[in-house]
Amino acid sequence: MSIAATQKRGFGAVLWDYLTTVDHKKIAHMYLFSGGFFFLLGGLEALIIRIQLIKPNNDFISAGLYNEMFTMHGTTMIFLAAMPLLLGLMNAVMPLQIGARDVAFPFLNSLGFWLFLFGGILLNCSWFLGGAPDAGWTAYAPLSTTSPGHGVDFYVMGLQISGAGTLIGGINFLVTIVNMRAPGMTYMRMPLFTWTTFVASTLILFAFPALTVGLFLLMFDRMFGSAFFDIALGGNSIIWEHLFWIFGHPEVYILILPAFGMFSDIFSTFSRKRLFGYTAMVFATLLIAFLGFMVWAHHMFTVGMGPVANSIFAIATMAIAVPTGIKIFNWLATMWGGSITINSAMLWSLAFIPSFTIGGMTGVMVASAVADYQYHDTYFVVAHFHYVIVGGVVFGILAGLHYWWPKMFGRILHEGMGKLAFWTFFIGFHLTFFIQHFLGLMGMPRRYWVFLEGQELDLGNLISTIGAFFMTFGVIVFLINAIYSWKKGEKAPADPWDGRTLEWATASPPAHYNFKQTPLVRGLDPLWIEKTEGKDEMTPAEPLGDIHMPNSSILPFIMSLGLFIAGFGFIYQTDNSAWLIVLFAGMAILFGSMIVRSVKDDHGYHITKEELEREAD
Amino acid sequence: MSHDHSLKPETMPSEPEKATLEGKNKFLGLWFFLGGETVLFASLFGTYLALRNSTAGGPSGEEIFGLELVFIMTMLLLTSSLTSVYAMYHMKNNNYKKMQLWLGITGLLGLGFLSLEIYEFVHYITDYEFTFRSSAFGSAFYTLVGFHGGHVLFGLCWLLTLMIRNAKRGLNLYNAPKFYVFSLYWHFIDVVWVFIFTVVYLMGKVG
Repeated sequence: MSIAATQKRGFGAVLWDYLTTVDHKKIAHMYLFSGGFFFLLGGLEALIIRIQLIKPNNDFISAGLYNEMFTMHGTTMIFLAAMPLLLGLMNAVMPLQIGARDVAFPFLNSLGFWLFLFGGILLNCSWFLGGAPDAGWTAYAPLSTTSPGHGVDFYVMGLQISGAGTLIGGINFLVTIVNMRAPGMTYMRMPLFTWTTFVASTLILFAFPALTVGLFLLMFDRMFGSAFFDIALGGNSIIWEHLFWIFGHPEVYILILPAFGMFSDIFSTFSRKRLFGYTAMVFATLLIAFLGFMVWAHHMFTVGMGPVANSIFAIATMAIAVPTGIKIFNWLATMWGGSITINSAMLWSLAFIPSFTIGGMTGVMVASAVADYQYHDTYFVVAHFHYVIVGGVVFGILAGLHYWWPKMFGRILHEGMGKLAFWTFFIGFHLTFFIQHFLGLMGMPRRYWVFLEGQELDLGNLISTIGAFFMTFGVIVFLINAIYSWKKGEKAPADPWDGRTLEWATASPPAHYNFKQTPLVRGLDPLWIEKTEGKDEMTPAEPLGDIHMPNSSILPFIMSLGLFIAGFGFIYQTDNSAWLIVLFAGMAILFGSMIVRSVKDDHGYHITKEELEREAD
Repeated sequence: MSHDHSLKPETMPSEPEKATLEGKNKFLGLWFFLGGETVLFASLFGTYLALRNSTAGGPSGEEIFGLELVFIMTMLLLTSSLTSVYAMYHMKNNNYKKMQLWLGITGLLGLGFLSLEIYEFVHYITDYEFTFRSSAFGSAFYTLVGFHGGHVLFGLCWLLTLMIRNAKRGLNLYNAPKFYVFSLYWHFIDVVWVFIFTVVYLMGKVG
């Protein structure tokens, strides 16, 4: 279905199409738009934080609002911007890369998206309903259990709902990659982005339930009077820290590994070489994922776990630098001797290497338990994690967007604007965060509303704020570029970058069934193999035949809406038990839709061979 | 194209639950889901172990747990796992009526377990004033055991829906995976209970 055909339909029809779609490519669009929206929101919050810190003793916003601002900035950026943007790119690209017609569970794919969106909306409703959460994105107890008002309740319910969506998405990708690969697509022929999607999904599967439990305990303490974190009744607030970081540390690898996958694909495509050390890259990914589960307590060095625990977690943490280093050198070796094209996607990737390496180096510094007593809760740590998350994940998402935009939307992003956005954002990023290392070493603590005059922190903070405005400018240029490409962008051919992997073997954007005939994969970089033999398309693995497709459904939307309504019931029943009606109504909508889904057979439909032949004409 | 995947003994594949791609996906997807559930319960067990002596002056596990009742509950749930195996055995032999019968027995045993658990909770609350709010131990106990009980309740609703929906139409390749993944889920619930029996009740009594 071309874009032109879509535009002819009325607005209502398009809206209904997107509300009910189970097509991974449309779900990818929705992840991208809503993730992008939350990215702008989180960016705005960051800008307000930086304006508050532009000069000593500033009173741009109040202390309480500042707490809400940094809490929501962190929570929004991690859960509602970075993760959905990555899930969007995974949805758009991974099924194409393995030669599949759709994901394993199209219905659950849609459910995962709507749960994420309604969770995010619920969380942000707090701004208008008495104040946002203000206990930090880590919500440490007992600060979070005693925080007045409903802010933290919105945090608990919002993250619980959107977390359920992410978990569903992770399981879906895992089954898709295990069961739906095209003939010949063995594990060791999968593109690195598919590999990292697979590994990140495993991390989601094993990390998110710990957050689920942590949030339940927090919810029970705040809403139902339990005593998990209540010291007076024998509770223990350190349990929250453990559960949060058992989830939280793998979470940073959930974010960075897909970005690593994108960089691998981009470096290889624009160097016109196969990825250097493919096998080592795969095993380095697995090793990082494994070690990622073994290091959570390095966030808790100053809690008082004792020297033995601190040493073990410090050494395990430093060990992660080894597989990460392997990756950095493999990317460099991929480019070595290659025929390199430098465009926007490549610029973001090239900039990633030094930026992320700086973040990795400070990572080893903070991994040292002894030294961490000095760094802990200072701007040094703030600088460190922004170097890895912005320099790694955000650069990765932007590189991936420039690379796959033609495949997703059928238009190529404007190079000039792409470069302008890159250079302003890149310079702004280093301006903002490099100086924060030194502010931290000079003793500036994180999460403080103001800093005082005469402590030599003025200039550093001013530079940091100026940098934030550069980044804002870069993001605005990118937005203009996106809108421009939609209106006037150059139409993309199926294979605009002389690509190597399967997603470039089908139209841009692909038909809703992806591949008319499932391709036969004959090695790593399957499209490139065909090209070297003088063919310009894949050899089909099957004769032209009927294609089985899943039915659209509004139920995922209704289920998520039910949970969204129930969320308000949970939050407000502490004030007035009449809200229990809302709670039960919301849950009834959820379970009712689940029963409908269960008893109504859904066999999907078939696109017949004749229709496919007609489309070809 | 017709969707009549009804099974006849002569055309029946040996593993009807995995005969279609949808079936294979459901099978694998449920296994992955159980992997996540393992972490969920592991986190709850960890919390319980950290708080099991935090009685805040209230009753301890040693004082209130009665192993006789818990033993009966354990037997009911273990037997229900066995009967669900019988049901799957009859599914593979395409004996739909016997499958439904054994699933029905599975459900009744599960219901028996759940009733005794509710009785147990009521007993603790009324006779010992041991509640969700009385101590951190109470919170951890009711959360861990209650999450398991909630899973049993969900499983029973799931089973009932499946049995009623498919009561009149026999086995086919569309519903065979649904019955099969239910049985996987039910086994998982059973395994979790074995750990609860050991960690909560046995260790609570003697540990």
